[in-house]
Amino acid sequence: MQNVSKEYNGNPVLKDVNFTLKQGEVLGLVGENGAGKSTLMNILFGMDVIHQTGGYGGKVLIDGKEVKFASPLDALKAGIGMVHQEFSLLPGFTAAENILLNREPENKSVLSLVFGSRANTLDRKELQKKAIEAITKLGVSLDPDMLVSEMPVGHKQFTEISREISKSSIRLLVLDEPTAVLSEKEAEMLLKAIKNLSAQGISVIFITHRLQEILDVCDKVIVMRDGRIITELDAEKTSIPEMARLMVGREVNAGHAQTKSEERPLSENIVLSIKNLWVDMPGETVKNVNLDVHQGEFLGIGGLAGQGKIGIPNGIMGLYPAGGHVMLNGSEIALNNPRACLDASLAFVSEDRRGVGLLLDESLEWNIAFPAMQIQNKFLKQYLGGLIKWRDQAAIKDITDKYINQLQIKCTSSKQRAKELSGGNQQKICLAKAFALQPKLLFVSEPTRGIDIGAKALVLKALREYNRQNGVTIVMISSELEELRQCCDRIAIVTDGAISGILPASTPSEDFGILMVGKTHKEAE
Amino acid sequence: MKKDFNAKEFAINNIVPIIFIVLCIVCLPIAGYSGQYLLSQIITRIMRNSFLVLSLLIPIMAGMGLNFGMTLGAMAGQIGIIFITAWNVVGIPGLLLAAIIATPIAVLLGWFCGKMLNMAKGREMITSYMISFFMNGVYQLVVLYGMGPVIPIHSDQVILPRGYGVRNTIDLINVRQSVDTFWQIQIFGVNIPVLTIILIALLCIVIVWFRRTKLGQDMRAVGQDMEVAREAGIKVERTRILAIVISTVFAAYGMLLYLSNMGTLNTYNSHSQIGMFSIAALLVGGASVSKASIKNVFLGIVLFHLMFILTPQAGKNLMGQAQIGEYFRVFVSYGVITLALVLYEIRTRREKAESAKTLANLQKEGAKA
Repeated sequence: MQNVSKEYNGNPVLKDVNFTLKQGEVLGLVGENGAGKSTLMNILFGMDVIHQTGGYGGKVLIDGKEVKFASPLDALKAGIGMVHQEFSLLPGFTAAENILLNREPENKSVLSLVFGSRANTLDRKELQKKAIEAITKLGVSLDPDMLVSEMPVGHKQFTEISREISKSSIRLLVLDEPTAVLSEKEAEMLLKAIKNLSAQGISVIFITHRLQEILDVCDKVIVMRDGRIITELDAEKTSIPEMARLMVGREVNAGHAQTKSEERPLSENIVLSIKNLWVDMPGETVKNVNLDVHQGEFLGIGGLAGQGKIGIPNGIMGLYPAGGHVMLNGSEIALNNPRACLDASLAFVSEDRRGVGLLLDESLEWNIAFPAMQIQNKFLKQYLGGLIKWRDQAAIKDITDKYINQLQIKCTSSKQRAKELSGGNQQKICLAKAFALQPKLLFVSEPTRGIDIGAKALVLKALREYNRQNGVTIVMISSELEELRQCCDRIAIVTDGAISGILPASTPSEDFGILMVGKTHKEAE
Repeated sequence: MKKDFNAKEFAINNIVPIIFIVLCIVCLPIAGYSGQYLLSQIITRIMRNSFLVLSLLIPIMAGMGLNFGMTLGAMAGQIGIIFITAWNVVGIPGLLLAAIIATPIAVLLGWFCGKMLNMAKGREMITSYMISFFMNGVYQLVVLYGMGPVIPIHSDQVILPRGYGVRNTIDLINVRQSVDTFWQIQIFGVNIPVLTIILIALLCIVIVWFRRTKLGQDMRAVGQDMEVAREAGIKVERTRILAIVISTVFAAYGMLLYLSNMGTLNTYNSHSQIGMFSIAALLVGGASVSKASIKNVFLGIVLFHLMFILTPQAGKNLMGQAQIGEYFRVFVSYGVITLALVLYEIRTRREKAESAKTLANLQKEGAKA
């Protein structure tokens, strides 16, 4: 790609981007959110967004020839495959059917002479064969006859990738954060698969926030910042701190885990007591959780993906069907009733920012003030003894501005619409929204998922301060253990839908690792 | 314990057919018809309606729900029939000519309807229902004022005495039962119209074959997730339009078979009635908005029409009025459609709750152990 540039509504988001990629090479692409990685890939892939917003500048060359893709289909023809962050699979089709979707082998029949080629019947045997071929090429274990709706996340990801590599002309595969949803073991398998592909001469562009993975599989790394390529590094000679520094353009204080001396005494008071909780959340099933949360502590809940850690807050807050007993300060909270939880001064920052967390089309003011207004009658002026309630616009603006300052939310004004913000800033809005409720206990689920290192540090700092200064009990769920070790007092590890152990944050990581694979502390010894 | 659970599941999943079976069993002795009479009646109804009901299957496969727009196909069929009656073409050649006239009209109407439905994705059923009302107006305009002065039809049999507009009812003496009697055999004193059966069987085979074609696979894909299908390069809009066009054309042919069996055309009512009755029959057979099979079609027709035959007589014998049964059947068809639509939602929700139940049970067992 040469001198590629792109503007959205007059805002340049890509400036003068140049890079080359050889056959069979694995290129790591890293950068903060909003650095322009997605835009760059969209250009490469000929996505509609690009054309609708006025095309791009510069050239894309493949084998020395300039190409201009009018649609993703053209890019596919040229041998470029892309696996997006969100799965695009049909739940009612098997893996094989999904892999060869719209490229099914066909039997010609007499009727197709009359009705055209779409009247050809499918050749099921051949379909099966080709699907198995692609799966073997990838080098993973995947049942071609399994329905996608019944698959674990990892297998869905493999199905997606198999679909791309089943295309005969495939030469370049773009993977956009493929490991974000995978457990460590699945991610490992995927990385191995990437190496397989590169050995077979397929080039890979690998976008990820997990820098370790870059070191593991990539040949070279491109670091992007503010729409520019900052530098190109040899993966073998670089290190995580170096990449991180380049990404954010400043020394990142990676933060350190709590040490023993920082430990705070645990309060005697139990705020929240969970007994025999089960939650039916697809992919994150909770089977039997017993947990006590103490007054004022910062409790972390960790564990591998799919083990049920995310299901715990979602179940308690009534977003998914749940059962069992949850006591807050000694009084039972009704499950399956979000309102009851909110009334009891619990608040929840969902891992699903865009779906559950935000009113995307509304202003930041609305987003922050809405729940408090709805649930606690805040920011309302009451007339006629409460019969008529008017929004207190000034108070709403004040509180929004306060949080914009406090959390360093990058926005044009408090009137901007939530969907126009980047992922990290959206996450901050979600936090502000929960803070505005002034909860007694705050659940935070995956607060750093999909946001860049800089924003991550700010979000974690805000949470930590909120806990330390306001004395609010926080339960934070995160897949990243190091993150938990930075801010939490204690960390509970969830395995197979139950708590496998709770340790102080100063415990070495290995001990948590042992819990994650499902052994209790004693067994390991 | 486990068996009970299954029986309950089965009952909940098939509540509509079960209600109908119970209704029929209750009405059967009250009506007091002979078995032979009932059998011959049922066979007539199957011959009359199955082609129409089968035409609904393809849009369901494409995820577009119940095609209330099949009324458009029925209109096309009726226009074909009006022409051949006016031109006095008789028998099977007459029906073939009617089919030739109806096909392009049905394709055009289906294409129009498909276009509209593409603009209203996710709300196909209510939209197609409204389109059928709207097109009904256009149809009436054409038939009531267009035929005669604009479209040259001058047969006294068809046109009102005032010189333009089609009569309220047309006697289809020319094509009455021409397909049914073309090749008829008698078994146990019941007339079996072999050619009609062949035609219906052929359509069933076509539908089974269609499911296995590329287009069929594309439709299933589009039915599950339009965005994913689009990304894979399937032409989503075109596929959806095709589903509606095919359904509309089959509905037109079905209407021809239906009318030739009935022997009279109710110019201003037949099509709107037939749309509703066909959909109700399919739902009675246990189909849902997202899933329907050939089995549902035939079971539905048998049950729904058995009730049609039984209730007027049962009403007469009970209350001394046949009207009550007549009233009953209209009210029941609307009721069935409503029930099926609501049940579909409830079922989807319950399926979600199902896995929660297993979890709760697991824990109970765990607590005991």
